[in-house]
Amino acid sequence: MSKANLTLDEVVAMLDRVADKIIASEPELSEADRNIGDGDHGLGMQRGLTAAKEKLAEGGFPSIDKAFMAVGTAMMSSMGGASGAIFGTLFRAGGKALKGQDVFDSAGLATFLQAAVQGVQDRGKAEVGDKTVVDAMVPAAEKAKGTSEGNLTEALAAAADAAEGGKEASKDMVAKFGRAKTLGDGAVGHPDAGALSFTIIMQAMRDYVNE
Amino acid sequence: MRKTPKIINDPNACAAELLDGLVEAYDGEAKKVGAGSIVMSDLPDGKVALLVGGGSGHEPIYHGLVGSNMADGAACGDIFAAPPPNIVLEATQAVDRGKGVLYLYGNYAGDVMNFDMGAELADDEDIRVETVLIWDDVASAPPERKEDRRGIAGLVLIVKIAGAAASTVDSLDELVRVTTKARDNTRSVGVAVAAGSIPATGEPTFDLAEGMMGVGMGIHGEKGVLVDPLCTADEMAPQLLDIVFGDDLEFGDGDEVILFINSLGATTQMELLILNRALKPLLAAKGIKVYDTVIGDIVTCQEMAGLSVSLLKLDDELKKYWDMPCQSVGYSKM
Repeated sequence: MSKANLTLDEVVAMLDRVADKIIASEPELSEADRNIGDGDHGLGMQRGLTAAKEKLAEGGFPSIDKAFMAVGTAMMSSMGGASGAIFGTLFRAGGKALKGQDVFDSAGLATFLQAAVQGVQDRGKAEVGDKTVVDAMVPAAEKAKGTSEGNLTEALAAAADAAEGGKEASKDMVAKFGRAKTLGDGAVGHPDAGALSFTIIMQAMRDYVNE
Repeated sequence: MRKTPKIINDPNACAAELLDGLVEAYDGEAKKVGAGSIVMSDLPDGKVALLVGGGSGHEPIYHGLVGSNMADGAACGDIFAAPPPNIVLEATQAVDRGKGVLYLYGNYAGDVMNFDMGAELADDEDIRVETVLIWDDVASAPPERKEDRRGIAGLVLIVKIAGAAASTVDSLDELVRVTTKARDNTRSVGVAVAAGSIPATGEPTFDLAEGMMGVGMGIHGEKGVLVDPLCTADEMAPQLLDIVFGDDLEFGDGDEVILFINSLGATTQMELLILNRALKPLLAAKGIKVYDTVIGDIVTCQEMAGLSVSLLKLDDELKKYWDMPCQSVGYSKM
């Protein structure tokens, strides 16, 4: 049974599912990073979302924006590295934009993703085509903008597909940021590990509402 | 390839446990602060503060460079990961003595983002922060894109000078000026011959075919920009110096330099000394006088095999700061 609008409790459950999925994907993420970076992206994400799970389990969130932000803060302070700064900012900036919303719906998804893209770009200065997480985020945010009046299940499915498409497109890009940039053409053929992480996050959100 | 056996406890607790052990090695001269910082125990009021930091797993840097006439504190991240902003803030607050804090660290995207966020948090607490990024690796980007270059072993020489200056100068601006000069006068190039491993997984940080060398390799095990069959020390010496001399900083007749030959972990003193033997006549032939030679494993990446060569070009002011004694776990000078 699919869910149209998520309550606060359902948002917390969804974020917990996202955490589980990323933690289980550690070998895949580490392998992706090993091809173009130093191979520790998966471990960092695992550490960050393990900390996020603990925060989610503590509960006591007054509103859905605070639940998203708690995930970001937990990731930022437990991970460090570029991933901690970027994914922490993603959840914190995106979550902050949901202030005052009682439910998480397709409009909320669009708001979340748009603010997340803005926050991540302000912090990391990456543009589309630089082979970063932005390459998966921007197509997802644009897709969500177009589906913001439909139901959440379809909006998340479309956004997850767009993220996947962006992640795949990152394979052909030459990195301009991070440790992969010094490889030049050597990183071509491999997707960006951050874009892969973001895609897994979107897919986990999609799968949660589809249950 | 066989995994290197590690003498550790919980593989995921390495960064925290090594920091505890490092603090113990200071026998009271330095203490642990907050979630992941090490700071000198007795910092005088009014001292301009020098804060270094970065990911763990490269011991003894950065945290092992905390010491007298060296760094006042270090913000330590997890293995190979920049310290998060809250740890940077805790370290900043612990070293600040009212004159402000200089952040001095290697130019990596994660470090820059997290230290910048830490600086924003420090600004909220009315602590003045300035930043000098270390980008000495000439092989990582052309000279016109210095801001894209990584910081590698030359950082030890730069921190040594900055640490001496931080004990001497009376303003943050003056420390920034001296440190920037030391940074701009330092060039390094590295070679990797085998990967180190990530302690938590035992997996190598990169793949390099046996018998090959990666020229221009970073300390985190990023792939080199050029891969060639491994050559002899005598063949490697001119190759490395040519890369440094081909850069925008001129080294010529009459110049005095600090020469630092660094092991990335597994490469032995024997090998560094054999390379030193090959480097010295080449430097002399160019009329370059080596004022001081530093040889050791100070910037490492676990059991990574390889080395780097760094040159810091001195002037009278930098020489004065170089001559000051210093003491830390990672580097000491009488």
